[in-house]
Amino acid sequence: MAAMAVALRGLGGRFRWRTQAVAGGVRGAARGAAAAQLGRKVAVVDYVEPSPQGTRWGLGGTCVNVGCIPKKLMHQAALLGGLIQDAPHYGWEVAQPVPHDWRKMAEAVQNHVKSLNWGHRVQLQDRKVKYFNIKASFVDEHTVCGVAKGGKEILLSADHIIIATGGRPRYPTHIEGALEYGITSDDIFWLKESPGKTLVVGASYVALECAGFLTGIGLDTTVMIRSIPLRGFDQQMSSMVIEHMASHGTQFLRGCAPSRVRRLPDGHLQVTWEDCTTGKEDTGTFDTVLWAIGRVPDTRSLNLEKAGVDTSPDTQKILVDSREGTSVPHIYAIGDVVEGRPELTPTAIMAGRLLVQRLFGGSSDLMDYDNVPTTVFTPLEYGCVGLSEEEAVARHGQEHVEVYHAHYKPLEFTVAGRDASQCYVKMVCLREPPQLVLGLHFLGPNAGEVTQGFALGIKCGASYAQVMRTVGIHPTCSEEVVKLRISKRSGLDPTVTGCG
Amino acid sequence: VEQSPPQSPGPGKAGDAPNRRSGHVRGARVLSPPGRRARLSSPGPSSSSEAREELRRRLRGLIERSRVMIFSKSYCPHSTRVKELFSSLGVECNVLELDQVDDGAKVQEVLSEITNQKTVPNVFVNKVHVGGCDQTFQAYQSGLLQKLLQEDSAYDYDLIIVGGGSGGLSCAKEAAILGKKVMVLDFVVPSPQGTSWGLGGTCVNVGCIPKKLMHQAALLGQALCDSRKFGWEYNQQVKHNWETMTKAIQNHISSLNWGYRLSLREKAVAYVNSYGEFVEHHKIKATNKKGQETYYTAAQFVIATGERPRYLGIQGDKEYCITSDDLFSLPYCPGKTLVVGASYVALECAGFLAGFGLDVTVMVRSILLRGFDQEMAEKVGSYMEQHGVKFLRKFIPVMIQQLEKGSPGKLKVLAKSTEGTETIEGVYNTVLLAIGRDSCTRKMGLEKIGVKINEKSGKIPVNDVEQTSVPYVYAVGDVSEGKPELTPVAIQSGKLLARRLFGASLEKCDYINVPTTVFTPLEYGCCGLAEEKAIEVYKKENLEIYHTLFWPLEWTVAGRENNTCYAKIICNKLDHDRVIGFHILGPNAGEVTQGFVAAMKCGLTKQLLDDTIGIHPTCGEVFTTLEITKSSGLDITQKGCG
Repeated sequence: MAAMAVALRGLGGRFRWRTQAVAGGVRGAARGAAAAQLGRKVAVVDYVEPSPQGTRWGLGGTCVNVGCIPKKLMHQAALLGGLIQDAPHYGWEVAQPVPHDWRKMAEAVQNHVKSLNWGHRVQLQDRKVKYFNIKASFVDEHTVCGVAKGGKEILLSADHIIIATGGRPRYPTHIEGALEYGITSDDIFWLKESPGKTLVVGASYVALECAGFLTGIGLDTTVMIRSIPLRGFDQQMSSMVIEHMASHGTQFLRGCAPSRVRRLPDGHLQVTWEDCTTGKEDTGTFDTVLWAIGRVPDTRSLNLEKAGVDTSPDTQKILVDSREGTSVPHIYAIGDVVEGRPELTPTAIMAGRLLVQRLFGGSSDLMDYDNVPTTVFTPLEYGCVGLSEEEAVARHGQEHVEVYHAHYKPLEFTVAGRDASQCYVKMVCLREPPQLVLGLHFLGPNAGEVTQGFALGIKCGASYAQVMRTVGIHPTCSEEVVKLRISKRSGLDPTVTGCG
Repeated sequence: VEQSPPQSPGPGKAGDAPNRRSGHVRGARVLSPPGRRARLSSPGPSSSSEAREELRRRLRGLIERSRVMIFSKSYCPHSTRVKELFSSLGVECNVLELDQVDDGAKVQEVLSEITNQKTVPNVFVNKVHVGGCDQTFQAYQSGLLQKLLQEDSAYDYDLIIVGGGSGGLSCAKEAAILGKKVMVLDFVVPSPQGTSWGLGGTCVNVGCIPKKLMHQAALLGQALCDSRKFGWEYNQQVKHNWETMTKAIQNHISSLNWGYRLSLREKAVAYVNSYGEFVEHHKIKATNKKGQETYYTAAQFVIATGERPRYLGIQGDKEYCITSDDLFSLPYCPGKTLVVGASYVALECAGFLAGFGLDVTVMVRSILLRGFDQEMAEKVGSYMEQHGVKFLRKFIPVMIQQLEKGSPGKLKVLAKSTEGTETIEGVYNTVLLAIGRDSCTRKMGLEKIGVKINEKSGKIPVNDVEQTSVPYVYAVGDVSEGKPELTPVAIQSGKLLARRLFGASLEKCDYINVPTTVFTPLEYGCCGLAEEKAIEVYKKENLEIYHTLFWPLEWTVAGRENNTCYAKIICNKLDHDRVIGFHILGPNAGEVTQGFVAAMKCGLTKQLLDDTIGIHPTCGEVFTTLEITKSSGLDITQKGCG
């Protein structure tokens, strides 16, 4: 699987490489580049194990190849579909409906990703980071070994080794036909042909994002959810995300779990599922079944036991301390492969950069995993930072939490005649003046752009009072955040009317 | 429900407080023997902010309940003169001698917060702050004092607001919520082209709202082009229909006008569609469309009449040119258009007109976007230029002639160079003037009651509590001098004004770090200082400027240009690299900027930016990874991808 090694030459010591690691993806590249800038000899070892469906990709890890980047681009394609429908309201004479060509979009997205792969290679070269496209595993605590294309075995040793191999989608292997007929997010962005009528199984953000853009480009899409959507996120917001998707054409099968997948003679996939409450079985036919039920860390093939690196018995993720150190002093782990870390690209990048600065730059700055902002790119985007309402109540008690909220209507929605029922913002604060902001949740267009600055505000220790003293930018959606006046406790109607 | 902290009893219970301190306040009526006692400061060991709040509430109570309230010092000769004046008028006063109260200093402090006046005597008549000794005598000589003494409930209204725009309406609604009897006078004088509109002021009718919607229409044109790259298939050449768009936008505006009327009615604010003109102190004449006159009186007034577009004062301008007052409801497509001016209004209008595929030229006298960061302004201009807008720099129109009537007609524009004798001629269907705006203050009888205006600009100077030179008259929004001309500022200052006048609030409008966004085809959002201004204030050597070009992910596949979007922050090295200027040129700049403004309010530094995790992939995240300083001179262009 994706593996990346960083090696730094020793000062004529017993190791060929003074520091050496196995790691993967964006984080590896970032860390590798940073270490090389600090004058170390660095190698990155990266290898993409093809998915069960045979999909493979280049340097850069999940985010660039099968994550954020292609996801956001396909999301954008879907958003453009919405804008095409808006256009006639704004005077553009475009005949509806406009059909969508999957192949054209996929090719454009894939070309962009390939250019990024190339860019990463060039960047490593520029910074004199040695790149090995091999699948590496540990031989001992200072050495990794891999086999190159020609069958030649390569041994790399180093003083420091950083593991950043990330995770890969989980297959429900207990379900008949899951592995043979199902695809995952590793495949969807690289499909040459339209997936057609699709069943997405799972309630993770990956599941909802994929279902969202598939619906948006006009495909018949169903999401099957066993229990709650977007576990770990604010549940009020999560259910509004689902509500919005449901009212925009995505079908939902709630409280259901698939039991088998079969290929029919005509090539369609017949999925059988069980209603978890009634126990009743039902079936449906689809062109594609996409599993998005979670991810598993890429640690099994690393032979971590040979190096003595401890992993969690439950999750197989690597256990680290606050300095990203594993159970072996000179071996570190960052990114999605680590137990208890947010699985986000910018988090991984920053963790990698800070780690290298600590190792070689004389720095002692630790990574702050609190208040990490994120955005779910569902058709109506959901941006958040800080605590969910549930978490705030759990930590501080209902009596000490004040939630301000508003239903607003983006100006652009008015002329386009769009429904804004789910455009909603809420700010979770401590109740005691000056009412420290604990969390911000924003559901609406451009949620990522809106959330970023406020994430800084929360990092600066913003209070409700300070946010209210901030002058709005008119007319935007983000100004709704600085106009939040109605508390949930008051029971008043939080619908925004007019501009005031 | 007002909450009383356990240790600070409400006004009526002061005497029963368990741990009262020995000092008492001596309240004396001039015409009655001294000895009435009142407690002003909070007696309990509650926190200082609570005590202050309590004191303020009591001072307000004194002011509200007294026909004349004088805060005085027994040895002060000016105080004595004022007391004698009222005595000679036979008026009973409530006097508080601050030197005979053990918390007199605190009282004086809170008073100065309320009134912005630090000295005694501090005189209130029927709740209106008159001022000190000199102002009281001036008011006496001008007749204002007698007027104030007469009023009380004799007035028709507690508050009359002239102007039903963002500032006026927010003030009206807030005052009404606080239980006051409020009237709004709003009358739109038709533009020279005859355009008129409903309630809500510039922003809703001929400003932000229609502007942003037309900008959105232009962005959709771009989105249509992009969409083909993202797999959407249509072959036809898509044309834009001005009438369809304008009708949809005007429908939305009508619904907003209606919403405003409804919400005034719900809050029992009287709305009169008449032109307001002061005739004497506390009295205003309202003239409606039919010329019928009605007179209203009020204890206090707020002027919120805003501004209207300026004309050039050349031959043919008022006859043939339009302004932003006319553009958004123009019943026909403007066709080939000359936009005169380089204000944000000019560039925004030129931007969306070009976005509809129209032939657009902008005639600029000197610089673009005066007052904005000039590096950013030039980048805004050059993006527009690359996208088909023509610029004629250093020219001003001298004559407009009509060649043909029609919808649109044909106009000949004669312009001359600002640098030499060169003249040029051009033929356009429409000429849009966007050279600035003038305050609507000169025809409303302000001179009759003595409200001073800046003779040059027509703007009304106000102090930091929005008060004009006449104590009972306030001004908010674009008419007030030296304040940012922005809707949210007007809304905020109107609301806070009402809370200070009628509520228990002291909060003043904070005009620091007011953000704004220019909705040009490539949007420009900013907050804090322009680079030029920062250098002027802090000196170049004390600043570190971080910047980068960036390529929004959505632009890559769409095949739009790299190295065009730009982010810049200005940090003060003498103050922990505090961010004092924030600038972004890119899509959704407004949405990106807002949160950073909140962060700047909380003391954003470069270190905090570096420590914050980006949201991937967005444009906003670019600010969390800024590495290159301007002073380093390093290349900021993005090569290829990633």
